[in-house]
Amino acid sequence: MTEPALAVDGVTKSFGGLIASKDISLDLRPGEIHALIGPNGAGKSTLIAQIAGGLRPDTGRIWLEGRDVTGLPTAERARLGMGRTFQISSLAMEFTVLQNAVLGALGQRGRVFRFWRPVMRESDLLSRAEAALEQVGLAEFRAVRTGDLSHGQRRQLEVAVALTLEPHVFLMDEPMAGLGAEASRQLMGFLDRLRDRAPILLVEHDMDAVFALADRISVLVYGEIIATGTADEIRADPRVRSVYLGAESTP
Amino acid sequence: MTRETALNIVLMAVLLAVPLAAWSLDEPFVITLATRAAILAIAGVGLNVALGLGGLVSFGHAVFFGLGGYAMGILAHHAQTYTPLMTAPFTIDGTTSMPVIWLVAIGVSVLAALAIGALSLRTTGVYFIMITLAFAQMVYYFAISWPAYGGEDGLSVYVRNGFPGLNTMDPIQYFSLCYGVLALVLLGVSRLARSPFGLMLQAARQDPERVEAIGQTPYRLYLTAFVISGAITGLSGALFADLNRFVSPTMLSWHMSGEIMIFVILGGVGRVFGPVAGAALFILLEHLLGGLSAYWHVYLGAMLLGVVLFARGGLYGLLAGREVAHD
Repeated sequence: MTEPALAVDGVTKSFGGLIASKDISLDLRPGEIHALIGPNGAGKSTLIAQIAGGLRPDTGRIWLEGRDVTGLPTAERARLGMGRTFQISSLAMEFTVLQNAVLGALGQRGRVFRFWRPVMRESDLLSRAEAALEQVGLAEFRAVRTGDLSHGQRRQLEVAVALTLEPHVFLMDEPMAGLGAEASRQLMGFLDRLRDRAPILLVEHDMDAVFALADRISVLVYGEIIATGTADEIRADPRVRSVYLGAESTP
Repeated sequence: MTRETALNIVLMAVLLAVPLAAWSLDEPFVITLATRAAILAIAGVGLNVALGLGGLVSFGHAVFFGLGGYAMGILAHHAQTYTPLMTAPFTIDGTTSMPVIWLVAIGVSVLAALAIGALSLRTTGVYFIMITLAFAQMVYYFAISWPAYGGEDGLSVYVRNGFPGLNTMDPIQYFSLCYGVLALVLLGVSRLARSPFGLMLQAARQDPERVEAIGQTPYRLYLTAFVISGAITGLSGALFADLNRFVSPTMLSWHMSGEIMIFVILGGVGRVFGPVAGAALFILLEHLLGGLSAYWHVYLGAMLLGVVLFARGGLYGLLAGREVAHD
């Protein structure tokens, strides 16, 4: 088997008496979408923060392409190829759409400490930014102030910025939250193709999307992964049905 | 041309035309006022790099202003009294050459900003405001209690320092020099605001988490901005002391930090030319209202309240509208 692009190995994190992550292990293989689902308060955000670098696990390790990144800061992990989108849009709201995309390209390229030449004239950054906007369908909004975008468009821009990073691994925290049906379908189609460029660890509430897209699904409940498997396996798992899907209709 | 650009041109033209008119009418006092405005504008443009672009509310920028002033005062004092600044391990003499003084003022400010910034930037928000204030107050009280250079009384310099090819004692020539420095600083900061560094710095102001997620470290951006900011304010301090031929701890006081911040807020936070409008307006008010009442700061305070409550973008926000993101 090929080496996983991303591996979480026995990660535990507690806040006081609350165990937010309990001996979590999961991996993300090249070419796949691995979805992480779980009810609210299951510890998804805590886990994402530990993978991305905002939180340090108490025990356990995070591996990115075979490299131990557990002790590295967020910025370093991003440079090594972790492309993250945020649950709540984290964009420079005063910038234009294009500026936000250029920002991502610049962050990835480095050589940030240049003080004289206008950044919006750097053709390598511009072409990468425009290509990313094109792919998520925001090209025509390039001159719009980000703060004036609709909620759904901001989600698309989040994805576009992650694309400019040319990451080796995507870490997407609810990219479809708040999207309309049409936009949701478009993004799903896009993610479907995106997995060939880099695997995606997808945290998502939209069950239809998860079951349609994911190669594998992990179910997180009270900080513990209770099942990992294909969509069919997860659907059939009695434990998952009782704790998580029971209340809703199973797709 | 955007309205902001048009406003920039008008502003700089007025700042040039007023002293030129005063010169032809032989009104040296007005020239001095305009020179003050130009120099204070430089200090504000400097603070604006940290405050406007980086979102770093430094309430201690008087420390750089004052250090620039003392760099001028101490070097000129030694040159004019023919005493070396130090003799061991090697001899350093004073100087009356402005370019050298400016370089020293900038160098000292860079070092101070590195030290103050490296420590202060570990905090954010109100703690950052207080710690920058605390550093400035430390230097202020040090200057007051250090007798070698006049202590509380300050240090007078008898003749304004020289600049190659100019008679700096002639008000209009010194104004032109300061105006030229202001123009160069504005050019530099305009370029910086649009540079890769400027884009990343402004992103770090709006959303530090985003900057980390794209692989950059906000702390480094902030510290660099703080150092550039301090250097520019230090340079203006040297010019200011030379204008008055006098430097005293007042230049280091928290009132001064507040005044520099007022220039930025009055003009429009984050607008490159904003502090020029702010400083010019401040000098104008000080002159006009100061003639009416010794308590003119009351009116200034009321005005500042008005700006903060009703015109958040300052003069530039009022006249040029919302900031246009530039491609």
